[in-house]
Amino acid sequence: MSGRRIMAAEDIRRAITRISHEIVEKQAGTDGLALIGIQRRGVPLARRVAAAILEHEGAEIPVGALDITFYRDDLSLVAQQPIVKGTQIPFDLNGRTVVLVDDVLYTGRTIRAAMDALIDFGRPQAIRLAVLVDRGHRELPIRADHVGKNVPTSREELVHVLVDEIDGEDAVEIERAPALEAAVDARG
Amino acid sequence: MTTEVERPGSVSPAPATWGHRHLLDVDRLSRADIELVMRTTDEMRDVLARPIPKVPALRGVSVTILFYEASTRTRVSFEVAAKNLSADVVNVAAASSSVSKGESLIDTVRTIEALGADMLVMRHSVSGAPYLAAEVFGGPVLNGGDGWHAHPSQALLDLYTLRSRLPDGSLEGRKVVILGDVLHSRVARSNIWTLTAMGADLWLCGPATLLRGFEGWAVRGAAGRRFTVTSDVSAALRDADVVMALRIQKERMASGLLPSLREYAARFGLTRARLEAARPEVLVMHPGPMNEGVEIAADVATDPRSVITTQVANGVAVRMALLYLLAAARRAEEGA
Repeated sequence: MSGRRIMAAEDIRRAITRISHEIVEKQAGTDGLALIGIQRRGVPLARRVAAAILEHEGAEIPVGALDITFYRDDLSLVAQQPIVKGTQIPFDLNGRTVVLVDDVLYTGRTIRAAMDALIDFGRPQAIRLAVLVDRGHRELPIRADHVGKNVPTSREELVHVLVDEIDGEDAVEIERAPALEAAVDARG
Repeated sequence: MTTEVERPGSVSPAPATWGHRHLLDVDRLSRADIELVMRTTDEMRDVLARPIPKVPALRGVSVTILFYEASTRTRVSFEVAAKNLSADVVNVAAASSSVSKGESLIDTVRTIEALGADMLVMRHSVSGAPYLAAEVFGGPVLNGGDGWHAHPSQALLDLYTLRSRLPDGSLEGRKVVILGDVLHSRVARSNIWTLTAMGADLWLCGPATLLRGFEGWAVRGAAGRRFTVTSDVSAALRDADVVMALRIQKERMASGLLPSLREYAARFGLTRARLEAARPEVLVMHPGPMNEGVEIAADVATDPRSVITTQVANGVAVRMALLYLLAAARRAEEGA
């Protein structure tokens, strides 16, 4: 990856720890909490948040994974990578506070799709959103409840979140990219 | 990320894209394409297991199902699949349409497109008819069976069923027997492609009159594919891992290819006694509709070794995957 590094492994670890505290604080405890990571990189991030909560609260929070491919409003972008990565929600959503976890918040379309998907599985008492990076440029009235880092970007830039579980290292990088690549990568 | 990293523990290479505009037969599908259909089908099965088995992936897409031949499971299965993906479905049965007034296939397809169809699923008694439709129709065409030629969605659902039921999920070296009226069977012709492509040791078995033309294929031996043609039922069934019985089409009797249904049942019918020769964990398949007591005994069809109802259930998931992949490819084309 040839981008400029804006978060190192240590920064990500601290951000996750802070978010995990914020989530518990906002919920005033851990009762009824559940975390659902959005495929792909939201899933390991959700697991890390759960591990952090287990460490400081001693409470085990259920973690799920959500694939939003079938809920996107831009099927043509999906067609270039049509592989669906799997949804696993091994607990009942009804009445819970579900915190969606994703790597980058950008247009908000992924989150819109994720909420549609989630509601097909049940009726959560509340849905909240935690992201590692908020890069702006929202196209929908959506905001994150918990943000690791706000990063002002231009639309031409790409934000890459690397996580150890998938990419072999933890980092957030920002890169100027040709328009075509931007179209492929315009997730979030 | 623009490059996909493999999910740990997954065996097959991740195919990058789906490059087919239509699904007319399986002969153009690479092994990677087939893997992509199988993996997408896995996801569709997960969707079907949800409390609300419906996703909005094909919202606003209009799917027309045009069947010139009778069908229950294929037509209903495509319809359910399209509805599960939130597509709008229009059914046209040729018998009750302007086709009965003599409208040509090309005119019918043009009319359907003008009425707003984005995708066309069709069945026709003439081999090759969907290819003609694909030349005229602006969107993807899915062949739901044409003449004796091809039935791609059936072959893919058979493959999916086998992979989910065989112990290690692999057809490599497995002895698969297709038993019955191979000559008139589009199911057999499409299955020959997929099963041999996945490494199966394929046997075609039936009366010699219903195997005509296939001996040549076996002798030429397509590039490394294992393929045997025989009228010897006991040799075919010996140690078989899979037996797929085909429907004896009663309408063929007039042609003198078979002396009688009774004689066929006696010599080639799949009975419990014959099945003894196969491996104990053999899987019994039938694409339906069955003539119980002719090509398959009633007790074999309902035996625990039978996966016939699983085939039907998997049909919906496979057809969801196919509709989804073709619709996504079409959108990509339009966007480009």
